[in-house]
Amino acid sequence: MMAALRTPRGLITVLLLLILAVLPLLTQAFDQRYLLSIGTRIVIWAIAAISLNMILGYGGMVSFGHAMFFGIGGYAVGILAHHGIASGWIQWPVGIVAAALWAAVIGALSLRTRGLYFIMITLAFAQLVYYLGAGLEAYGGDDGLNISRSRFAGLLDLRDKASFYWLCFALLCGILWFCSRFANSRFGLVIRGAKSNDLRMTALGFPVFRYRLAAFVLSGAFGGLAGILLANEGAYISPAMMSWVKSGDLIVIVVLGGMGTLFGPLYGAIAFFALEESMTPLLDLGRKGWGEYWQIVFGPMLVLVALYAKGGIDSLFGRRHG
Amino acid sequence: MTRAERASEREPEVDYLLLQMLNGVQLGLLMFLLAAGLTLTFGIMDLVNLAHGSLYMMGAYIAWTLIGWTDSFVLGALLALPATFLLGVVVEAAVMRRLYGRDHLDQVLATFGLILFFNELVRAVWGPAGKSIAVPAFLARTVEILPGVPYPAYRFAIIVTGAAVAALLAWLVARTRLGMLIRAGASNRRMIGALGVNIELLFSLVFGLGAVFAGLAGLMAAPLSSVKIGMGDDILIVAFVIIVIGGIGSIKGAFVAAMVVGQIDIIGRAFLPDLLKTFLSNSAASSAAPAISQVLVYIVMAGVLVWRPTGLFGQRT
Amino acid sequence: MAEPLLSTDRLIKRFGGLLATDSVSIDVRPGEIHALIGPNGAGKTTLVGQLTGNLKPDSGTIHFAGRDVTRLPTHARVRLGLARSFQITSVLREFTALDNVALAVQAHAGHSFRFLADARRDESLRRPALQGLVEVGLAQRADTLASALSHGEQRQLEIAMALAGDPSLMLLDEPMAGMGAEESQRLIGFLRGFKGKRAMLLIEHDMDAVFQLADRITVLVYGRAIASGTPEEIRANPDVRQAYLGEEDSPPPSYGGGREGEGDAKDL
Repeated sequence: MMAALRTPRGLITVLLLLILAVLPLLTQAFDQRYLLSIGTRIVIWAIAAISLNMILGYGGMVSFGHAMFFGIGGYAVGILAHHGIASGWIQWPVGIVAAALWAAVIGALSLRTRGLYFIMITLAFAQLVYYLGAGLEAYGGDDGLNISRSRFAGLLDLRDKASFYWLCFALLCGILWFCSRFANSRFGLVIRGAKSNDLRMTALGFPVFRYRLAAFVLSGAFGGLAGILLANEGAYISPAMMSWVKSGDLIVIVVLGGMGTLFGPLYGAIAFFALEESMTPLLDLGRKGWGEYWQIVFGPMLVLVALYAKGGIDSLFGRRHG
Repeated sequence: MTRAERASEREPEVDYLLLQMLNGVQLGLLMFLLAAGLTLTFGIMDLVNLAHGSLYMMGAYIAWTLIGWTDSFVLGALLALPATFLLGVVVEAAVMRRLYGRDHLDQVLATFGLILFFNELVRAVWGPAGKSIAVPAFLARTVEILPGVPYPAYRFAIIVTGAAVAALLAWLVARTRLGMLIRAGASNRRMIGALGVNIELLFSLVFGLGAVFAGLAGLMAAPLSSVKIGMGDDILIVAFVIIVIGGIGSIKGAFVAAMVVGQIDIIGRAFLPDLLKTFLSNSAASSAAPAISQVLVYIVMAGVLVWRPTGLFGQRT
Repeated sequence: MAEPLLSTDRLIKRFGGLLATDSVSIDVRPGEIHALIGPNGAGKTTLVGQLTGNLKPDSGTIHFAGRDVTRLPTHARVRLGLARSFQITSVLREFTALDNVALAVQAHAGHSFRFLADARRDESLRRPALQGLVEVGLAQRADTLASALSHGEQRQLEIAMALAGDPSLMLLDEPMAGMGAEESQRLIGFLRGFKGKRAMLLIEHDMDAVFQLADRITVLVYGRAIASGTPEEIRANPDVRQAYLGEEDSPPPSYGGGREGEGDAKDL
């Protein structure tokens, strides 16, 4: 920990984590309640981005449909709540397992393909889930559904914004810890090796498909968790949470922050929200009314990032060791 | 027997089926126009282009403006084609050219950025409200393709135009030098470089061609639905599905898959509720049917993938 | 005669109208160095592809280590004791040399569904990996990124990775390619050290190496094995002379039946 503080990356990261850890206290002190809402969403998106980073950043699997796992997690909670099952102890495992199962099915079908096929197939399956959700009139269809938050009787009241935030933050820390072990574990090395050269890995004797499928399932499960949190954050589920635009946004977050790095997804989530919030007023400074069309600037920015800045924010901190 | 008597001999259900099949052909041809350009860029330039739907959208918006200026659907539409071609060439030179040979992730990211850009550009220039293009007066009637089966003339015009373009493309690919390069490039990218061809020009042409087809599809589809922001984005994914089913790089595959998808989509929507009612309760069937008919296409894609991972006419690895 | 370690029975592979592998039946005995030679386009790489499992033969069978492996996927054959090096060097470029070999060791060390323990500090992987690097003479480059290694060093790394799984049969696809005379001699000496201990199927154009190393040679022309036998038999075979079109490509003079025990690993 002390060694980490000596590098700029380490220092900034620790600072960020500290701020995040006490955010509810800060927002209360400065009476900026709505910042806590943003903070919660940043943490949830960071969790989502970490789940995608596992397969995209470390594994090189460009899955353009990750938002479908949010949808499954969120809708599991929403549908159960709608039918009177409000206990989080039941809802949350169901949501996570459902997302994992779907990931297993999709993964088994998609991971046998490569390159362009894989990207488009994951996108198509995400659309399938989206249309299924939008078609379920009983659960709000296109408009979505207001739901009540999950109950954890006696333990936590998720309606309390600070409690909910700290739960999300705790989960973020847990997932970060898992990822830090995963990256250099036997499993992680196989995934990363396969990204580097999967024919080589097969020639070494690894059944690459099996490991990739397992990673895909894990990633889907964590994505489902993010969806569960998202549904509880707004007390609302809708097909929009699993639109392909959301999948695209998630890829942007992962790349922006620095693919295949531990804290990259966190930097990315923060940067993404910061950009969204700040671009509008910045453009308005140039000329009143321009701010509304900030994506005219954001779009080409993405093009430039894709062409010239693939290392993301993490690479700004200089080369890593080991 | 008079025509009218012969017509009344047929069951109304058959007429309905025929109508739906024609609609399926019409949808299939529109989708083929969109998918053809896409499969060409995928196959020859190995380029994931998410912004292809934006070209579809731009075709419709540009046509709306030109139709407004010229006060003629046909003139506006005809002028919109070279405009879309030009747009395609500009986009290729500005962005796509730098993406060739790069990681697919880079291409996904960059073209995603383009989608955001075009959607916002359209919103800024044409406003957030959707526009509409009216069916041209001379096509606002019905034609009797089969005795007793009146079919909207506009839709029929789409079928004729779409079929003509498909035939043109087939001739182009089979009989011209450009077509030979396209075929060669689709199966072996490196080879066309070795043939001493001006690759830059070829890619520019191919991309421009794809843009025109997409724009044409967009402007033809507009009177049937509307001209709105993001109109190309959801339909693009169906185009992806078509290419996956047909096989990347194969125009024949795109055609076959598009026609199949067109039939499945329309007929599925029309007949699925009745089909489901045979073994589900009425209420379950009516709530499940819309959801399932939307996703039929993806289920078919999944089925094809299990059987042929590289599509019906794709390169076998 | 010992039961062959690897044998194929009338292997056939077509690509469209092209018959790339024409009813090939070859075998490799335990511990022998068996060279596969032939003009360019003879189908050597296609044959190796079928042996490793990257290509499916249209008909015929492949037996390895007493099992029918014709339908077995690549990674399963590797686990049975088959290893290969690639014609175009194929290492994991973003990893260090030590990482590369450690992964090769890991592939044979049970399953890798371990998510928490740090594999980079796992001595049961690192120690054999370092030993493997020592054997090929790359120990001092253990912590260098594979992409930063010279071409020859990457070749050495490939061999270390192939050896890491303690294979009974190594498929070496043109290991001398791109090597200078001195490097080649060192590699030849190194490989010769395996005679009797590990079997090798060697695809090579370097006739010098082939005749110094091989116990038996099979000649492939237009997908067909036209001759198979000891180096002397091959040298004397008229079909072989004809296939190689002329004196400058004809096999070099005899080396007197191989020199066992020469060329230590430590010379590398």
